[in-house]
Amino acid sequence: MRVEGREKVTGTARYAYEYPVAGAAYAFAVQAAAGPGRVTAVHDEEVLALPGVIAVLSHRNAPALKPVEDGELALFQSDEVAYRGQVVAAVVAETLDTAREAARLLRVDYDDRPPKVRLSPGDPGLYKPEEVNPSFPADTGQGDPDEAFGASAVRIDATYTTPAEHNNPMEPHATIAEWRDGGLTLHDSNQGASTVAATLAELFDLEPAQVRVVAPHVGGGFGSKGTPRPNVVLAAMAARVTGRPVKFAFTRQQMFATTGYRTPTIQRVRLGADADGTLTTIVHEVVEQTSTVREFAEQAATPTRMMYRAPHRRTAHRLARLDVPTPSWMRAPGETPGMFALECAMDELAFAAGVDPIELRVRNEPDTEPESGLPFSSRNLVACLRRGAELFGWDDRDPAPSVRRRGRKMYGTGVASATYPANLSPSKATAAAAPDGTFTVRIAAADIGTGARTALTAIAAEALKTDASRVTVEIGDSALPKAPLAGGSMGTASWGFAVTRACEALRADLDGGASPPVEASADTTEEVKARGDYARHAFGAQFAEVEVDVDTGEIRVPRMLGVFAAGRIVDPQRARSQFIGGMTMGLGMALMEESTMDERFGDYVNHDLAQYHVPACADVRDIDAVWIEESDPHLNPMGTKGIGEIGIVGAAAAVANALHHATGLRLRDLPLTPAAVLTNL
Amino acid sequence: MDSGDGVVHAEITVTVNGAARRLRVDTRVSLLDLLREELGLTGAKKGCDHGQCGACTVLLDGRRANACLALAVAQDGAEVVTVEGLAGGDRLSPLQQAFLDEDAFQCGYCTPGQLCSATGMLDEAARGRPSAVTPPGDGPPELDDAEIRERMSGNLCRCGAYVNIVAAVRAAAGEAAR
Amino acid sequence: MRPFAYERATTAGAARAAHTGDAAYLGGGTNLVDLMRLGVAVPDRLIDVSGLAHDRIERRDDGAIVIGAGVRNSDLAADRTVRAELPVLSQAVLAGASGQIRNQATTGGNLLQRTRCPYFQDVTKPCNKREPGSGCAARDGENHNHAILGHTLTCVATHPSDMAVALTALDASVHLHGRDPLPLAELYRLPHDDASRDTTLAPGDLITAVEVPPPGMPSAYRKVRERASYAFALVSAAVALDVADGAVRGCRIALGGVAHRPWRAYRAERLLTGMPATEESFRRAALAEMENAEPLRDNGYKVPLTANLVCRTLSDLASGEGGRP
Repeated sequence: MRVEGREKVTGTARYAYEYPVAGAAYAFAVQAAAGPGRVTAVHDEEVLALPGVIAVLSHRNAPALKPVEDGELALFQSDEVAYRGQVVAAVVAETLDTAREAARLLRVDYDDRPPKVRLSPGDPGLYKPEEVNPSFPADTGQGDPDEAFGASAVRIDATYTTPAEHNNPMEPHATIAEWRDGGLTLHDSNQGASTVAATLAELFDLEPAQVRVVAPHVGGGFGSKGTPRPNVVLAAMAARVTGRPVKFAFTRQQMFATTGYRTPTIQRVRLGADADGTLTTIVHEVVEQTSTVREFAEQAATPTRMMYRAPHRRTAHRLARLDVPTPSWMRAPGETPGMFALECAMDELAFAAGVDPIELRVRNEPDTEPESGLPFSSRNLVACLRRGAELFGWDDRDPAPSVRRRGRKMYGTGVASATYPANLSPSKATAAAAPDGTFTVRIAAADIGTGARTALTAIAAEALKTDASRVTVEIGDSALPKAPLAGGSMGTASWGFAVTRACEALRADLDGGASPPVEASADTTEEVKARGDYARHAFGAQFAEVEVDVDTGEIRVPRMLGVFAAGRIVDPQRARSQFIGGMTMGLGMALMEESTMDERFGDYVNHDLAQYHVPACADVRDIDAVWIEESDPHLNPMGTKGIGEIGIVGAAAAVANALHHATGLRLRDLPLTPAAVLTNL
Repeated sequence: MDSGDGVVHAEITVTVNGAARRLRVDTRVSLLDLLREELGLTGAKKGCDHGQCGACTVLLDGRRANACLALAVAQDGAEVVTVEGLAGGDRLSPLQQAFLDEDAFQCGYCTPGQLCSATGMLDEAARGRPSAVTPPGDGPPELDDAEIRERMSGNLCRCGAYVNIVAAVRAAAGEAAR
Repeated sequence: MRPFAYERATTAGAARAAHTGDAAYLGGGTNLVDLMRLGVAVPDRLIDVSGLAHDRIERRDDGAIVIGAGVRNSDLAADRTVRAELPVLSQAVLAGASGQIRNQATTGGNLLQRTRCPYFQDVTKPCNKREPGSGCAARDGENHNHAILGHTLTCVATHPSDMAVALTALDASVHLHGRDPLPLAELYRLPHDDASRDTTLAPGDLITAVEVPPPGMPSAYRKVRERASYAFALVSAAVALDVADGAVRGCRIALGGVAHRPWRAYRAERLLTGMPATEESFRRAALAEMENAEPLRDNGYKVPLTANLVCRTLSDLASGEGGRP
């Protein structure tokens, strides 16, 4: 059971906007109704005259901020508008309704120009970024892929596209800011209190210790709360200007321009193989967008660098700098769109070569990491595929497409591989023993729904050799020992590493005769640095069955199964929830998620949850996840690889491949919709 | 009703989790903001503020409703039950317990709405009310997984806990039936 | 939201009298409050009509079923008479929105809900429906879910209601306070050169009830959407079919998601009547109805989708799948 479960089911778990603060004022954001261009006037005097309006913030009167790397945080620092929907002003008022109404009435004038927002592979403005997220080379290559491709017996040359997708955590980005005693206290919805505190200290020119960020409960993030977003800056600035505690949340609609999203991608994949499907060539070239404010380069082709063996290979990323909101992390950035393309192409190759899709993958399994040559710390992709085949009933599958029909429905099954790197970052933690036999572990970790608090409690109990009921884990506060953010599927690994070391030290102290109260601390910086050279990745196999209505083109997914090899699973119930949750988001990616850019206005028009569809309960019929226990000594003391993101990777490809099996249609553009089915069937 | 400086206020009486409250409200205030900002009942969540996610679901006069779409001023005389009112003291409701047992949530932000919605939904089903997947005819619906999924579809969960939510509702429904 | 006065009407007459200037009637509020929060609707006064005694479903002596305008959608869908005799109506209501919203939304309010066109809902963009003369941003914009029939240069929006599609197929009428009843066919309008009006109602007109003559034939509602629930229709069809001796004796077909109003497929109905109740007849009729379709940039798929859906729903009814009369 989740440690904080009771608070969550009784409604007592407090999220950022929910802290009682005396005398709070309410802020509401005003977004640019034009752009790109410049703000030429802010008619704030009109709304300042309204009763209950306290202040209007804009570039005209905002306090100067110190520059930071993320230009999206330079709120109200100039009259420039980079894209429609950027925050250009804010109203602070006595009540939420007054603030909102004043924001509606605030007239802002612009000098704007037509937006350039179309992502196109032929765009002459495409450029090669210095590196892709977080620090990979933009391009890699080995051998002579062009010649080898031409000489291959079987060739796949296909272009896949994925649309812009928005994270849409259920809790909108929200902050309560309060200045007191010369410092700044923030109740904020984020994936890493230490990161937010450090960034805000930089922006407002404070000592790190002067900023306190509190976030014990966070209503989802999926990457969109991994770094501070403009909401934190807006609340802090409004609180400073008004001298009041200020509550601020983006509306759901505003989130579509202000809190990040997954870039759309255009991906050309070329696979060349021998007649038996043995790969000779892999080429994966990606085109994606970034904004004019800040470069974000999604690493979509990076999984192609390590998935399959082939002597000739190339990967490349090209960016278009457009007048769009800045894309950012969304669950498994890189792997999610990249593996959609690669794994669909593998399915096409299997079909073209007449090889079973699972056998094709097994046939191309590398001995060492293909581009680096490093040994894998562990790699159980084949075991996942085999186990999944058994559980899913793959072996008696007729590979012929479009031959399973019951009534007005067609059925098919598909498979895809999944992978995600086993990341690790340095972290600190402390562990304390009290005279009553209880223990308290402290670390500025975040639980955004992953079950981190519960997993860390189990990890601490194990290292302390005590029962979990005696252990309290305190997280979600920048005043706690500094920790990396909940992202990159590295939370449990990184935090658990530090927690383990702190608890081991405490246990040693206690075993050595120290008597409580006693505290021990740990910092894993050196140990993390000293790890050997291995390729560390989690793997998985995704299976899906689809049901397609021949009259309406409606696609439903009666079954999904994921089999994962992600190191040691510390907390099975939470792990299953994470895997299934990722697969569910992958189902949404496959069938419905798409943010639609209006090229005339330059914004995402379907900016709410009635138009941007995420899966509802009725979409999810039978999704299950199992795993293969791995014992991998090259990771961290717990032997974990991270499980928060791999569940989404490959899921959309499995559905698309199943759709081909059901209908014979090879749809290469997500999402797979009734419109696409009917237009092509 | 009074009106000063354009903003209009009205007096209402609402019973929230059993306690009657006499309140003066800005006519624009939603039931959701009334609960969260003025009564300190932050269990009901704001996920979209437009009836598109269900996180704000409460029981309004015994029926599940989206508090974000209900104006507080129009609720004079209403009885409201929020997630804070589902448990009987320290004793969790069967649905709350089932959500814990089945791990039917992750971040927890949609959970209060899911719980209020499921509470209202089980009552609707017990009273023989149909859903979009109930076969034609007027017999009482059998609350199988397809029925639960359809009836719970007004509560989005971005963490993707639906599989466990359905299991929890199924378990609680089974307990209610016994 | 603009500050507004609020009053609770106790009689229809009082409500009607109170409706002046920028007033609006408040029923369940599920669309009005949504639009007020977006700044699309800016009434200065709300007249709450949810407490009026329009909350019953009754059968009149002539057999017509009269549904009070204040009857909540969930109560309408669960009503035994409605389920038994108007299955298409019960199904349509249940296909819309969510359990919560159906508990709040009223019959009258459902009929008068506004389009979910993204440009209509965004006050920073042109929209002839919201701001006459400003232009239609959807016509050359994101329009995969817009109209294929009856649209004009002025507006390409669709009517979002499921319930209204069923009621259109059922030849329902609305009762208005102080006015003669109005058939749904005359209530809803196409945009022509004025998209600002969804209906022919005058400001202040108050719907008090909906009157439905039972069709005496099996009927069914089918709705297509990419999300399995809690989504507006891409296309929907409300169909009633009477087959005797293998021939179509009567049929009613109404379509949702294809036009500014629920679209009654009169042409298909005329073609079908008297014809053999076969898949071939059904398809021919469905395709005939689509001959006037003028798809936009993104919604060409709706033409085959609508034809398929009509044909399929007719076939299912003919083979005994679907609601009994």
